[in-house]
Amino acid sequence: MTAISREEVAHLAHLARINIADDQLEHFAKQLDAILDAVAQVSQVDTADVPAMSHPIPMTNVFREDIPVASLAPGAALAGAPAVEDSRFRVPRILDEE
Amino acid sequence: MSDLIRMNASDLVEAMNAGQVSSVEITQAHLDRIAAVDGDVHAFLHVNSKGALDAAAAVDAQRADGQSLSALAGVPLGLKDILASKGLPTTCGSKMLEGWIPPYDATVVTKLRDAGIPILGKTNMDEFAMGSSTEHSAYGPTHNPWDLERIPGGSGGGSSACLAAFEAPLAIGSDTGGSIRQPAAVTGTVGVKPTYGGVSRYGVVALASSLDQVGPCARNVLDTALLHSVIAGHDPRDSTSINKPVPDVVGAARRGDVKGMKIGVVRELSGEGFQAGVQTRFDETVTLLEGLGAEVIEVSCPNFPHALAAYYLILPSECSSNLAKFDGIRFGLRVGDDGSKSVEQVMSETRAAGFGPEVIRRIMLGTYALSAGYYDAYYGQAQKIRTLIAQDFDKAFAQVDVLISPTAPTTAFKIGEKMADPVSMYLNDVATIPVNLAGLPGMSLPIGLATEDNLPVGLQIMAPAMADDRLYNVGAAIERELLSKWGGPIWAQAPELAGA
Repeated sequence: MTAISREEVAHLAHLARINIADDQLEHFAKQLDAILDAVAQVSQVDTADVPAMSHPIPMTNVFREDIPVASLAPGAALAGAPAVEDSRFRVPRILDEE
Repeated sequence: MSDLIRMNASDLVEAMNAGQVSSVEITQAHLDRIAAVDGDVHAFLHVNSKGALDAAAAVDAQRADGQSLSALAGVPLGLKDILASKGLPTTCGSKMLEGWIPPYDATVVTKLRDAGIPILGKTNMDEFAMGSSTEHSAYGPTHNPWDLERIPGGSGGGSSACLAAFEAPLAIGSDTGGSIRQPAAVTGTVGVKPTYGGVSRYGVVALASSLDQVGPCARNVLDTALLHSVIAGHDPRDSTSINKPVPDVVGAARRGDVKGMKIGVVRELSGEGFQAGVQTRFDETVTLLEGLGAEVIEVSCPNFPHALAAYYLILPSECSSNLAKFDGIRFGLRVGDDGSKSVEQVMSETRAAGFGPEVIRRIMLGTYALSAGYYDAYYGQAQKIRTLIAQDFDKAFAQVDVLISPTAPTTAFKIGEKMADPVSMYLNDVATIPVNLAGLPGMSLPIGLATEDNLPVGLQIMAPAMADDRLYNVGAAIERELLSKWGGPIWAQAPELAGA
């Protein structure tokens, strides 16, 4: 009934920044469709006047004293980085060529 | 001290206190066991031999010195690979984090180290804790020690299997929709998901932040309680951590008295979909509880049948956001960075290469459920059902002290059986999900073997928030009766592993 299309899967994959090969789109579309069919029963529940619950405990701001504590040394913070240059994370280019 | 690997943690501590055995000997016995059987079981992704033995030697020196030690000092443990551990690989079962060594410890890991608990290694899990079988681990499945062709549950199948295979007497799991309790059920071990906020999430790789909770696993109720008391408590580094005293779980585990208690059987968690042998053991346990002086009544939680659907909208929504951090920039895998590609291209290639199919499915499902035009119908509606489920619990706990159900609808299924059908895999979580949605504590403990397949069956006990002690009180009462009925622990009925 939901019938999610190949194009929608491609769009979702783009939003999620995951490269999905063209020949995989159909496969994921079928699986997402089956899952959405199974979870679509939520629409049958009468929730008029029911508040939404995002979290199991009532959340309020949590404050602590503003006291400096030791943080990670730059070497430790960078130790797991895929690429490092001049004690900084080296990233792929972030601007288009034009 | 011939059979160190089969002893309870509490007995190991007594033996160390009596000078009969050292932590180094205990730790070495478990490392030897891992070397002998883990080729078949594959409970561990990384074995920390030197680190564990060093920690054991330090505890032995402190004990010899007469220093005051924690209740589990010197008893080694398997740590789920979802917890950041300084100097030890932490992969979360994913290629995305292959080779990553965290620069810091999760608060739970700090507490374990401070308590003198040697860490034997990191246990296998479904990738980023998404799964009910450990088959979604990027490093291959874990095998159930009761039958190596079957799943050990998931996502914490490595933690449950290491206990059932006597590779560790204690383990740490994490439970978002049943990942501690369902593995405990199918391996004949004990596992507890504490009250949400009872144990710090700092340094735990987040799946769904409003559902995740770290908890203790062991082969009996008292050992589980001892570990619970080591890891629980307020942590200023986790703003959802509850700043209240930890319930007296150890006292409750030693008490085990249900006389006069009111226990509710959840009507909606039985019948269709529940294996006959599972239901039989459950019904026997109800009779057992009545024999111990508890009043058992049937309770209806009419919205529970919608919990699974609500969960599989809330969880993907939260995980699609949480897993955005795996972008190949600051840590973990980076693919395709040849100097010509943009940061977005590199991110997309990295995430396609680093994430397995189940993770990709859930991220895309969450992205869909949160997108404009669908948000109210899916995520918004699921959050309202979450309220209804919490209200079902409130009404039930106005009538009874604890609720019970089977932990999982079936015993362990065969590896490969459900991999092609994600929806049938999700049905494993039908009984465990409600407490996660409401933030309540739950326990699974073994109540026997199903007659049709001779595989372990788990009982789930559920309690109100911050009443975790009730789980241990009821669990201990049941365990005491069953041990006397069986003439020993359930694992005495398990087949020997060939490697032994």
